Amino acid sequence: MKHRYLPMTEQDQKEMLGVIGISAIDELFADIPEKVRFTGEYNIKPAKAESALLKELSALADKNADSRKYASFLGAGVYDHFKPIIVDHVISRSEFYTAYTPYQPEISQGELQAIFEFQTMICELTGMDLANSSMYDGGTALAEAANLSAGHTKRKKVLVSEAVHPEYIDVVKMYTKGQNISVVTVPTKDGVTDLAKLEELVDEETAAVLVQYPNFFGQIEDLTKVEQLTHAQKALFVVSANPLALGLLTPPGKFGADITVGDAQPFGISEAFGGPHCGFFAVTTKLMRKVPGRLVGETTDEEGRRGYVLTLQAREQHIRRDKATSNICSNQALNALAASVAMTALGKKGVQEMATQNIVKTHYAKQAFEKAGFEVPYQGAHFNEIVVKVNGSLADTNKVLLEKGIIGGFDLGRVNSDLQNHVLIAVTEQRTKEEIDALVQEMGALYA
Amino acid sequence: MHKDNQPLIFEITKEGRVGYNLPELDVPAVDLATLLPQGMQRVEEAELPEVSELDIMRHYTALSNRNHGVDSGFYPLGSCTMKYNPKINESVARFPGFANIHPLQDESSVQGAMELMYELQESLVEITGMDEVTLQPAAGAHGEWTALMMIRAFHEANGDTHRTKVIVPDSAHGTNPASATVAGFETITVKSNEEGLVDLEDLRRVVGPDTAALMLTNPNTLGLFEENILELAEIIHGVGGKLYYDGANLNAVMSKARPGDMGFDCVHLNLHKTFTGPHGGGGPGSGPVGVKADLIPFLPSPVLVKEDDQYTFDYNRPQTIGRVKPFYGNFGINVRAYTYIRSMGPDGLKAVTEYAVLNANYMMRRLEEHFDLPYNRHCKHEFVLSGRRQKKLGVRTLDMAKRLLDFGYHPPTIYFPLNVEEGMMIEPTETESKETLDAFCDAMIQIAKEVEENPEIVQNAPHTTVINRLDETKAARKPVLRYIKA
Repeated sequence: MKHRYLPMTEQDQKEMLGVIGISAIDELFADIPEKVRFTGEYNIKPAKAESALLKELSALADKNADSRKYASFLGAGVYDHFKPIIVDHVISRSEFYTAYTPYQPEISQGELQAIFEFQTMICELTGMDLANSSMYDGGTALAEAANLSAGHTKRKKVLVSEAVHPEYIDVVKMYTKGQNISVVTVPTKDGVTDLAKLEELVDEETAAVLVQYPNFFGQIEDLTKVEQLTHAQKALFVVSANPLALGLLTPPGKFGADITVGDAQPFGISEAFGGPHCGFFAVTTKLMRKVPGRLVGETTDEEGRRGYVLTLQAREQHIRRDKATSNICSNQALNALAASVAMTALGKKGVQEMATQNIVKTHYAKQAFEKAGFEVPYQGAHFNEIVVKVNGSLADTNKVLLEKGIIGGFDLGRVNSDLQNHVLIAVTEQRTKEEIDALVQEMGALYA
Repeated sequence: MHKDNQPLIFEITKEGRVGYNLPELDVPAVDLATLLPQGMQRVEEAELPEVSELDIMRHYTALSNRNHGVDSGFYPLGSCTMKYNPKINESVARFPGFANIHPLQDESSVQGAMELMYELQESLVEITGMDEVTLQPAAGAHGEWTALMMIRAFHEANGDTHRTKVIVPDSAHGTNPASATVAGFETITVKSNEEGLVDLEDLRRVVGPDTAALMLTNPNTLGLFEENILELAEIIHGVGGKLYYDGANLNAVMSKARPGDMGFDCVHLNLHKTFTGPHGGGGPGSGPVGVKADLIPFLPSPVLVKEDDQYTFDYNRPQTIGRVKPFYGNFGINVRAYTYIRSMGPDGLKAVTEYAVLNANYMMRRLEEHFDLPYNRHCKHEFVLSGRRQKKLGVRTLDMAKRLLDFGYHPPTIYFPLNVEEGMMIEPTETESKETLDAFCDAMIQIAKEVEENPEIVQNAPHTTVINRLDETKAARKPVLRYIKA
C-alpha cells in the first residue's frame, strides 16, 4: 500500500520480515484468536486524495455560519474575541505541537518554559500564589475545584451559585458523584447570588462555595460578602473567573479566594464549536500539594544554568495510581501556549484596553436596548454581557437575525424556565457600533 | 544570572512597548468609575509583558528551538503513539467554518459541524465494533472515567449497588486506577503471569459479585496481545461485571481485531494518538467513548442524532449520567481525527496497523541480543526491553535514555510498565522509515557497547543538549512555580 504517510516499501518489508524470521505480516497477528479476528476491511468511506478531501471538507465547513462572516452576539462562556495573528504562527511551530508531555526536560525546555510563563501570567491576572499548567476547560476545572475542596476540608457538600454557567454546574454535579459529594445550588436575586440565601445555606458541613465572576448573566458579584460568609464556616472560597475581565477587575486573590479557575479561551483560542479551550487552576500556597494536573517548576543543572521541570509529581496519577485525587493526564498545553502568546501580545496595557472596550461597548448596547424600549432586568455592574427581556417568544429570533448577518444571543429560557423571553447578549471588542445598532434595530423590529 | 540562561518573556519586557493594536473605540467613551463600583476595579495592574511583535516571535522561536517534537526527530515514546501529524489536519481545523463557530448557535447554522461529528462517530463505531460513540470526553483519562461512570449507572439501574470494585492489571496505565478512584470505585490489582499476560487464575480469585468492571488494554502495555481475551471476557461477564477497553494501544489492532468483537462492553480512544491529534506538548487530546447497546441509555447528554437528514442534539436522555464537559468535546481535535480517517480510508488504516507492528517486531529483533527482552514473542505495535543487564554494570535505564538525547532522539518511555525492571518501552509507529529505525537501533547498540567499555559517557549524559540533567529534588523541595520580579 502506497500512502504519503507510510514510508514502507516492498523491499523494506522483505528485509524486515527476514530479520524477524517470518514470511508474512499476518504471522504477527496469529495470537489473535480466530474467533475474534477481523477479516476484511472497515466499512468506512474510501480514502480521498489531499486536494479532493480539502475541497469536500471546505464545503462542509462552509455550511456553518461562522463569526468571521456574521456579527456574533453569542457568549455564555465562549466568546468571539480579537485573536492576534501571531498566535497561530507561534502554535504552528511544530516543535511545539508535535511534542508530547515534557518528560525529558533536556529537550523540552521550550515547552516547559512556555508553561512556566503561562503559570505566571495566570497568577498575575487572578492574584493567586500559583497556577497549574492547564485543565481541559473552565467547567472541568471548576468541578476539580469542588472535589479538591471536599478532600481538603473532609466535608461532603458544596454550594454552587445558580449564577454559575449552567453547563459548568452540570459538570460539577457529574464530577462530584464519584465521591458522593452533594451539590446544593444557591438561588439568585437580581441576577447575582442571593447573599441572604447563601448565608442560610452555608454551614459547617460546607466544603466550598462556588461563584462565577463575572457571573453567567454578565453581572459582577460582590466577592467581599461571599468571602466573608464562606470563610466564616471555614469552607473554601472558589471563584470561576473570566481572565480577560480580570485585566480590569479586582482579582479573586485580593478577595481571599482559595481557588480561582476559569477558561483562557478569551485569549487567542478559537471558539471551535466549544473546544478545545483551556482551563486554568490557581490556588493559594497552602493548597499547592493538592492541585490537580501538571506543575512546572524552576531549578538548575549542575553547572548552575536555570531550567524547568515537571515538579511535585507525587500528586499525580502516574505515581499515585489509585491514591490520586484527580485522574487528569493529557491537558490543554498547546492552548495554554496560545493563551500565553495572546496575553503577551496584548500585554499589560492591551488586556486592560480590550477589557475596557468590552465593558464600554456592552454599556452602549445596554443603553441602546433601553432606548429602544427593551427591559434590561439586571442593573448591577456588568462586564461584557447583559440580559435583555423581550415581549414574545425567542423561538425563531435567531433564525431571523441570521438572515440579517447576525448571530443572536443566548435564549436563557433554554436553561431556566423562569427566564423565558430573556436573552443573554454578549458584546466583545469585536463588535462595531454599526453592528450593535443593527442588532438593536432588528430586534426592535421583531418585538415592536 | 547565568550567561546561558534563556530569558523569560518577563525579563525582556520594557515599559511602553506594545505587541498589539485594537481598533479605536467607536462608541462614546465612559468613565469606568461610573460603570464599576468602588473596590471592583483593580488597583495594581497585572504584570503582563510589554514587548513588540518581533520580540514575541523571537522569544517563542528560541523556545521552540529548545523543544523536540515528532517533526524534529524520532520519538519512540511507548504507549503514546508519536506518529506523524499530517499538515492537512491543521489546515482543515482552521477553516473558519470549523474554528469560528459557537457551540450554542442555532443548530440550523452549524449543520456542517454536526455532520462531521456524526460521520466521525459512525466511523469510530465501525472501527471499534461498538454500537454507539460519544465525542464528549476531552482526553483518554476523561474517557476512562466517563465510561466507568456509565458502568456505575448501569449497575445502579439494575439495583446492583454492591459492585464497588474495578479490576486493573498490574501493567495498566496509571490513569486506570486513578479513574476508578475518581469514579468512586475501589481498585483491585490483578497480576500478570510469566508470559506478561493477565493471570487467569488470579483473575478468577479476585472477581466476585462485587466486581463492577475489568479495565484492560489490549494489546497490553508490554505490547502483547491478551490471547486469552475470550476467557477473560467470560470470567468477567460470568460474575456480572463489564469489560472495559483502554484504547491507548488501538494502533496495534486496527482492522485486525475490534474491541466490540472481543467481548468488550465499552472503550475509550485517544484520538491524539491513533488518529493523529496532534499531541500539542501535552494536549489537547480527545477521548471518545464507545459502548454496546445496554450502556447506550447512560451516555453523556446531549447525544448527537440524525433525524430526517438533519442533525440535532438530543437532551431528552432520562438515564444519562449527565454532562462530563461543557459543550460537545474537543471538536477541533475531532476535526483532525476525521480528516485523518478520510485521508487513510479502510485499506490505509489496515496498513497503518500492519506497518506499525512490523516496525516494532523488526526493532525488537535487532535489539534483543544487546538488551534483555523479558517477554520473547511477537509483539504488537510496541515492545519492552529491560536494562537490568546494563544495571549490573552500573548504568541505569535513565542514563541510557539521557544518552539517546545526544543522538538526537526522544527516548522511549522508561520505568514503565511497572512489572519490568529498568523497562524501556519502544513504539516506533508506522510513519517511520526503515532507515530511521536502523539508525535508532544502531545508536542503541552503540550505547550498549559504551555501557561495557566506557560507562561514564552514558552515566554523565546528555552532553549535547542546551541544559544538563536538572536538579529535580531542588525543584520539589522549594518549589518555584512562577516568575517573581527580582
